[in-house]
Amino acid sequence: MLGAIFKPLWNYRGFIMSSVKREFQSKYLNSMLGVAWVVLNPLAMIVVYTVVFSQVMRAKLPGVDSTFAYSIYLCAGVLSWGLFAEIVSRAQNIFIEHANLMKKLSFPRMSLPVIVTLNAGINFTIISTLYILFLIFVGNFPGWVIFGVVPVLIIQVAFSIGLGIVLGVLNVFFRDVGQFFGIVITFWFWLTPIVYPSSILPERVRSLLMDFNPMAPLIAAYQRIFVTEHWPDWSTLLIPAIIASVLCVLGLRLFRKRAGEMVDEL
Amino acid sequence: MGSITVTNLGKAYKQYPNHWSRLLEWLIPFSKPRHSLRWVLRDVNFTVNSGEAIGIIGVNGAGKSTLLKMITGTAQPTTGEIYIAGRVAALLELGIGFHPDFTGRQNCYMAGQLLGYSIEEINRFMPEIETFADIGDYINQPVRIYSSGMQVRLAFSIATAKRPDILIVDEALAVGDAAFQRKCHRRIEEFINDGTSLLFVSHDIEGVKKLCKKALYLSHGNVVTIGPAKVVCDQYETMLFGGNKSIGPIKHDSAANNEQLSTPVLDPSLLNSKEISYGNGDASIDRVWIENAIGQEVNILVSGEEFSVCYIVNIYRESVKPVLAMLIKSLEGIALYGTDSQSLEAPLNGIQMGRKLTVRFHMKCYLSSGIYFLNCGIRDYSNSEIYLHRRVDVMMFKVIKRSDLGQAGFANLCANLKVEMA
Repeated sequence: MLGAIFKPLWNYRGFIMSSVKREFQSKYLNSMLGVAWVVLNPLAMIVVYTVVFSQVMRAKLPGVDSTFAYSIYLCAGVLSWGLFAEIVSRAQNIFIEHANLMKKLSFPRMSLPVIVTLNAGINFTIISTLYILFLIFVGNFPGWVIFGVVPVLIIQVAFSIGLGIVLGVLNVFFRDVGQFFGIVITFWFWLTPIVYPSSILPERVRSLLMDFNPMAPLIAAYQRIFVTEHWPDWSTLLIPAIIASVLCVLGLRLFRKRAGEMVDEL
Repeated sequence: MGSITVTNLGKAYKQYPNHWSRLLEWLIPFSKPRHSLRWVLRDVNFTVNSGEAIGIIGVNGAGKSTLLKMITGTAQPTTGEIYIAGRVAALLELGIGFHPDFTGRQNCYMAGQLLGYSIEEINRFMPEIETFADIGDYINQPVRIYSSGMQVRLAFSIATAKRPDILIVDEALAVGDAAFQRKCHRRIEEFINDGTSLLFVSHDIEGVKKLCKKALYLSHGNVVTIGPAKVVCDQYETMLFGGNKSIGPIKHDSAANNEQLSTPVLDPSLLNSKEISYGNGDASIDRVWIENAIGQEVNILVSGEEFSVCYIVNIYRESVKPVLAMLIKSLEGIALYGTDSQSLEAPLNGIQMGRKLTVRFHMKCYLSSGIYFLNCGIRDYSNSEIYLHRRVDVMMFKVIKRSDLGQAGFANLCANLKVEMA
């Protein structure tokens, strides 16, 4: 089953790589500053959060005594949430968006979500490089602990792809899915301790979130790495990892079963 | 080499009464199906051998594109199997996968990879693509500034850069200028000579006859005939232009005649469904037919022989002064010959209400072979803008030639040639 999906993808790696490149380029092709915009946009975001929260509002994280602690906390959450949101919301529209291509050309359809993921990955790499530079600049670089990000990232990306494909396939048949998820993701963002620290929540709510919102422990792991410079609490990542695997399997199965019908429906 | 074997192929689309029933069918395991199947293609069987060209013809909605989509691999068959040996290239729609902001060259790489070429291959094909597309410096300009013709040229060049084992063409060639079309056809012919199998879907019957030895005629998702292109195309044309009448001179069918006579005055469809009919109701043209030289009712005429355009007129109002007219047009709608009772100075006085006239325009068929449309009309004598009844495209007829000698254009001017040596 896996071979049937991944071998054609490998054969079309050239197409996938060019598409990623093209999508990246197309955003900046007709602008004068070109690639500079890639850096300027996320930079502006980091600056705004830092200036507004640490300088203007003088927001402090409970228990951490540092000027930039809150900006670091906020950016750790917002940046990684951005990766998740980009993959899922692009993937859920990807088949509809490329309806014409799917109807007229025979190519591995799975390359479409792969392209989306790789693109989100590039954007995330750029923005997190800036973030790390900022951490070094303000003297809060977490050191070796930063490698703790890798497994968290893997789980998070797997979760996003799995969910994205499931929603993407469903969205072809039930367009309500796309609309509905637009609402869900807004609530989801605020139900995840990103802007606010989880410590302000009552204990009961917090454990509920940690158990039923797979994004909560993932984001918490990033915050732990960057704010307190500790390795993530691995046990909390077990549930997200399981959910991510289930979603990936479900997504692939759903895709395989409905791929033919999908083209008829588009 | 490229061959296609299609056995018992069928395609049905699922139709759900509403979205909820689909959801229920998905969610409730082992429940009875809540959809109905709409079959668009059924029991299709054929084989295309290596180097064979087969034309697929049929009216819109006959299932041609669905068949091609399944052979290309974009749509899944519901029943049956398709066995394909060799690499397939499909020209279902040219210019797909082009991004307007990128240059022609960049798009070549993109589209090429989408077709399954490797970068090295595209590097190798690039000079040939540029030569064939022949769009000059535009190759380095963004595709958004291309004319649609240029896009098609480039897309065709990419799609056919590498000789496929099986080529699928869906009317994609009906674009671009005549010279480029000829070039495309030549390339396809070369491919066929080199062993490529061709599946060619087109409404251009002449094109099918020219390119393909075999043809498949689809109607309502079923194969009507498969066989030599000429025979199948003729059958298709008969169906298309002859209504339910058969080729060749036909005997006058009195039963059909009565039925036609009893039809209401302004019924728009007597002989073909595409007719347009209008008028003020003071008179009506109730039956239109064409007679050949010996008085048989026909819809096939022989070039150079005599024939008559006939119709029956009923007058419903006193003291009308009608002008009886007829017009022959080409398939493209170009008026070729028209005349009326006024210019022919036919006496038409004293026509009374309730009178029935039988009109016969007798003439010689100076038309070249082809398909023609007939208009008939009755105008008011005093105001040529007013039609008592006009029937546009009331029938189609075909002109054939006794000999197969070549002749161009609409008219048969019956030339004979003398060459004098100096």
